[in-house]
Amino acid sequence: MTAPASPTKVRGETILAVDDLVKHFPIRRGVLLQRQVGAVKAVDGVSFELRRGETLGVVGESGCGKSTLARLLMRLETPTAGRATLEGRDLFSASGAELRRLRRNMQMVMQDPYTSLNPRMTVGDIIGEPFEIHPDAAPKGSRQTRVRELLDVVGLNPEHINRYPHQFSGGQRQRIGIARALALRPEIIVCDEPVSALDVSIQAQVINLLEKLQDEFGLSYIFIAHDLSVVRHISDRVAVMYLGKIVEIGTEDEIYERATHPYTQALLSAVPVPDPEARDRRTMIRLTGDVPSPADPPSGCNFRTRCWKAQEVCAVEEPHAVPRAADPHPSACHFAALRPTP
Amino acid sequence: MSQSAVHPTPASPTPEGGHLLDVRDLHVEFRTGEGVAKVINGVSYHLDPGETLAVLGESGSGKSVTAQAIMGILDTPPAVIRSGEVRYQGRDLLKLPEEQRRQVRGKEIAMIFQDALSALNPVFPVGWQVGETLRQREGMSKADARARVVELMDLVRIPGAARRLGDYPHQFSGGMRQRVMIAMALAMNPRVLIADEPTTALDVTVQAQIMDLLADLRRDLDMAMILITHDLGVVAGVADRIAVMYAGRIVEHADVHSLYRAPAHPYTKGLLESIPRLDVRGQELSTIRGLPPNLMRIPSGCPFHPRCPYAQQVCVDVVPHDLVLDDGRTSACHFAQEVRDDSAR
Repeated sequence: MTAPASPTKVRGETILAVDDLVKHFPIRRGVLLQRQVGAVKAVDGVSFELRRGETLGVVGESGCGKSTLARLLMRLETPTAGRATLEGRDLFSASGAELRRLRRNMQMVMQDPYTSLNPRMTVGDIIGEPFEIHPDAAPKGSRQTRVRELLDVVGLNPEHINRYPHQFSGGQRQRIGIARALALRPEIIVCDEPVSALDVSIQAQVINLLEKLQDEFGLSYIFIAHDLSVVRHISDRVAVMYLGKIVEIGTEDEIYERATHPYTQALLSAVPVPDPEARDRRTMIRLTGDVPSPADPPSGCNFRTRCWKAQEVCAVEEPHAVPRAADPHPSACHFAALRPTP
Repeated sequence: MSQSAVHPTPASPTPEGGHLLDVRDLHVEFRTGEGVAKVINGVSYHLDPGETLAVLGESGSGKSVTAQAIMGILDTPPAVIRSGEVRYQGRDLLKLPEEQRRQVRGKEIAMIFQDALSALNPVFPVGWQVGETLRQREGMSKADARARVVELMDLVRIPGAARRLGDYPHQFSGGMRQRVMIAMALAMNPRVLIADEPTTALDVTVQAQIMDLLADLRRDLDMAMILITHDLGVVAGVADRIAVMYAGRIVEHADVHSLYRAPAHPYTKGLLESIPRLDVRGQELSTIRGLPPNLMRIPSGCPFHPRCPYAQQVCVDVVPHDLVLDDGRTSACHFAQEVRDDSAR
């Protein structure tokens, strides 16, 4: 199996560019004449670039919009505004044959390996289904061979092609999901919490598999997860989301060692570290209160209601994710600063 | 930090009935249409006043079933308690009639669960639910119960407790619902609190708040706590001692510091090496090969042997007993000393 051949594929060039992407879900009232009374701002102006062969981690707490972002990129939702280009082609205006072609290049691995596989289909049919929609990807006669090949690539026994999903464990099912995503030889795979439903000892196996496949096929990943340790391990660059916006984005090192946004700092300090000796050494930033509703986000900086640095300007002026004096990576905070080392 | 030194190490001899809670050689199986699943195969652990014991294991390891057996809330059938004792203050709870068992449940030992949304009743206000035990079992008047509920909700730091008594579970956030459930568990001043994955469904910042709250409550109310979890990070933050479960047995039992410093069971060692860490930048993760066993067909000898890098013929033939190491820890591995020496390196 080889990556789609094209002479112009350079590792590190931008493959996907997302510009000011917005998704508002309308809130409607009334029975017959529904009128819109508001909107849940699930994704509210997100911009980033994905480079060929890299993993971009997207972290954030529940409700921050990271899964909606994934669904938008897969065109499972229609954006309210914004642009995205995949290898220079507009992702959202494409339709018909053009859309099918784009979709083939971008596949998804879902969180729940139990509900994302049809229990009535054999593993062979599940992995081979993309070929029904894209018959040119594998001629009919060679499909069986291709599916066996895919099973082998993800570390499953090709002999099990006629088994059903319930005959596999959670980790194995996630491998089936990965094989299905690989079937059309995409260049980008969007992974939405791919290991969070798995046990610790199985997580590592799936993470290693994803890394191996990336090296082998030059894949680019958008890796969405709430587990900051997993994201650090797998990502080259990381975007931190809060209430539908990217508050900070940078290399793995910039985010984990030199974060300048208070939310990133608080998030990192709250992650439990498997080392009892660190109990007294680490100081945790304790955020008070809950995440505000995305239907009614605070004015200005939407983190200000929980931020210990908040001043008057934060309520008035929205900070943009731009390079800051404290560290040259984009951070959406008026008072961006490195966390003093204790 | 040094709390663990105050409590006797797991293997040190203690006088008969000396522990607050003492689970001894518990065996539980589930009889289903497909066969008999041996879910708990000889679990023993104990808890002393004021300490925090973490029970760590992956899904199917039997950590929750043990807790349900202690609480007396196992569904029987399909579950059958084959043998063993659950001694609380010297009395074997498993031999008590249901009426007396009820007196222990909630009042002496209380439990909180992972999923607060499904543990709370959606059609009653939370104040009513927290006060239910007070009215039913303590015979409090409505007004007294109400006052106590406000006290409890303040204790678990629910802002504006008095105003929120009439709110329904869906009007609370995940973290706040977990607080409501904790308030409910504390209503009758239990001496033991069993927390079954209390923060698994929560976001990391909220998880930190709840773990803080539990640690503070445990100290202020002088409770003992059993924390059931799969998260090695959460355990490292709060536990004094840790019992690691695999296939219905405790494979390693140690104070938390020595276990993280140098695990003495290959399973614990494998777990610690396979988690990505925030504080350490890693290369390829090491993995535990294979899958946890089917509890209807547990492997012979040591149940971990098909996945174990240390396995020899003896592991296939002989069930390892708890080996007591020189520092008082126990490990159910034929090569415990060797594994620990390897880990310490």
